[in-house]
Amino acid sequence: MDLSLIIMQLLSGVALGAVLVITALGLTIVFGMLGVVNFAHGALFMVGAYAGLYLASLTGSFWWGLLLAPVLIGAFGMLIELVLIRRLYGRSIDDPLLLTFGLSYILVEGVRIVFGSDGIPFPTPPQLIGVVDLGIGFFPRYRLFVIVLVAVVLLALWLTLEKTRVGLIVRAGARDPTIMQVLGVDIGRVWLAIFGLGVGLAALGGVLAGPMRSVNPEMGSLVLAEAFVVTVIGGLGSIVGAVVAGLMVGISISMVALFAPEMATIVMFALMAVVLLIRPQGLFGVRGRTA
Amino acid sequence: MPKSGSTWKITRRAALAGLSASAALLAAPRLGRAADETIRIGFPTPLTGPFAAEARDQVKCAELAVKLVNDKGGVAGRKVELLVRDDKLNAGEAATRTLELIEKDKVHAVVGALSSAVQLAVNEVTRARGVIYVSISQSDTINEAKDFSKYTFHEALNPHMTTAAVARQTLKKGMKVAHLVADYAYGHEMLRGFKRAQAAIGADNVGEILHPFGAADYSTFMPRLMSMRPDVLCISNFGRDQANAIKQAVDFGVKQQMKIVVPVILHNQRLAVGPDVFEGVIGGANYYWGLEAQSKSAAAFNAAFKAANGGAIPTDYGAYGYSGVASLLLAMQAAGGTDTDKVVEALEKLKYDLTKGPQHYRKCDHQSVQSVLVLESKKKSAMTGESDLFAILASDAGSEDMLRSCSELGHAT
Repeated sequence: MDLSLIIMQLLSGVALGAVLVITALGLTIVFGMLGVVNFAHGALFMVGAYAGLYLASLTGSFWWGLLLAPVLIGAFGMLIELVLIRRLYGRSIDDPLLLTFGLSYILVEGVRIVFGSDGIPFPTPPQLIGVVDLGIGFFPRYRLFVIVLVAVVLLALWLTLEKTRVGLIVRAGARDPTIMQVLGVDIGRVWLAIFGLGVGLAALGGVLAGPMRSVNPEMGSLVLAEAFVVTVIGGLGSIVGAVVAGLMVGISISMVALFAPEMATIVMFALMAVVLLIRPQGLFGVRGRTA
Repeated sequence: MPKSGSTWKITRRAALAGLSASAALLAAPRLGRAADETIRIGFPTPLTGPFAAEARDQVKCAELAVKLVNDKGGVAGRKVELLVRDDKLNAGEAATRTLELIEKDKVHAVVGALSSAVQLAVNEVTRARGVIYVSISQSDTINEAKDFSKYTFHEALNPHMTTAAVARQTLKKGMKVAHLVADYAYGHEMLRGFKRAQAAIGADNVGEILHPFGAADYSTFMPRLMSMRPDVLCISNFGRDQANAIKQAVDFGVKQQMKIVVPVILHNQRLAVGPDVFEGVIGGANYYWGLEAQSKSAAAFNAAFKAANGGAIPTDYGAYGYSGVASLLLAMQAAGGTDTDKVVEALEKLKYDLTKGPQHYRKCDHQSVQSVLVLESKKKSAMTGESDLFAILASDAGSEDMLRSCSELGHAT
């Protein structure tokens, strides 16, 4: 087995992991800060892909779709938080789980009614069609773009959470909402923003995945399972965990595909089982955390 | 309170009317059955799930077959009724629905199923109860002796026929061939077919990669496939797997280095990913509407379908729904009714030409001997319209030489 093939395979794994990171991130932020297990995350990923495609064809440019879909769907997420999820805070964790589970069915059926149940083509933006010669092999230009974009989004997110006042409030709100309220912070607005951010990230993942797969109403269900596996491996609620675990899962799938391709899907579940046996709270999770 | 009084009167009247109406309804079926019973055909198909688009086309075409027969006065003076059931692409669900169709709805025969596992489940039930089953799934395990019964018929193409026809068009002696295969019955059967055809032609196998069924990402298989440096890449999978695998192979620049070939090129998946991605991909098919330029049967079938469906064209999988039901009804017509043994005998003797030229069921395994089309997906600039998807490279006339021999399938000869 020559080295260039292994490097190419590694790069495929990173590109695969990048989309996993973005989707798992939204899931883990919402869980870590609101204690809500969002079962509609996969459906919102799918809605994001459709929204991106629709906006791209409306404006004639993929870039508008990429920019506007996460914002619009994020705003839709805020509406969901305001109207539905907000009523369930303080109740058992099962309640928002069941609510979002039902919501995912409504979203999938809604898209089927509007766009039909067949797949729709999502064209790759013209600037990113084709392959780049890396010297050791060819790699799709679009996938390189996805890796770079995800890195930029992660950096921006990290800077916002760690270096700004808004980030401070968000982190404090997750730690102790009561004290925050005593200090005069409108915690309801913080929750609204966090849920919107989580949903926006799901939509971004959907738009990014669109040109790699065709778009169809069921595309979110597999993504939801993958995002959960990544979140569990990284530790529920941990942002660093989601990033590390996402890349780890992507690279593992890719490397296993090289030697035992038929095992490529199973490997992430095997990885999860091993992590759960050794570190039940996940790689970066906090032991005994209750939401 | 006069108002509530009048309301009460109306409800009572309505109730009385309702009672007598339901009494009449109860009596009606008995009267109907005494005169001449309708012929009921059960039709399980995956209306929900990833193959829903194909299933809906099947139903439309099966309904067309029934309508055309009823318009001409039915079969032996009896009206035909189609009972469509959703098998949800699940073997257990399909078995339950089929059992219900037989025991409760008293169907005279069953046509349908799309996936290989579902087809086996339906065949189990119909075989045990001695009911005729015409399968329109591309898998053909039910034709092998261990699963076969005299009630089992297979109208669809089988993996052996399609892969042989595609290989004949695309492979040459000394060519290097690589395979990307879905890891389940359908993929395995197609791979077996390709390898057999490859060996006969003298092409070399340079590698096989099995991928999990229903995978969304194929990027991780591409570097290795390209490092094998084949001339031809055969992608043997179905439904959305086909669309995703081809799209991602194209993203990796696979088409610049090799030809992409599939056992069955799917009308709906070509629509789902667009002309640029599929451009130049070659695959087999049971039917393509463009055949009307060379076949009168195809022209007639297209015209009938268009008339019934607001000008739409029939798809590959839709045509199976039509030929599966229509061939059965022709046999019932010849048998003069629904007596199972007589209909089986009539099906074995039947020569039919419904969508694309002469077909018949081979005696030993009840596989329909038929022509195989080989199609190439058109370049966007070469398309004359929205539905002008493929160029017909070949239309090999049906012959028993295309099939595996009866003894190879385990049948006494």
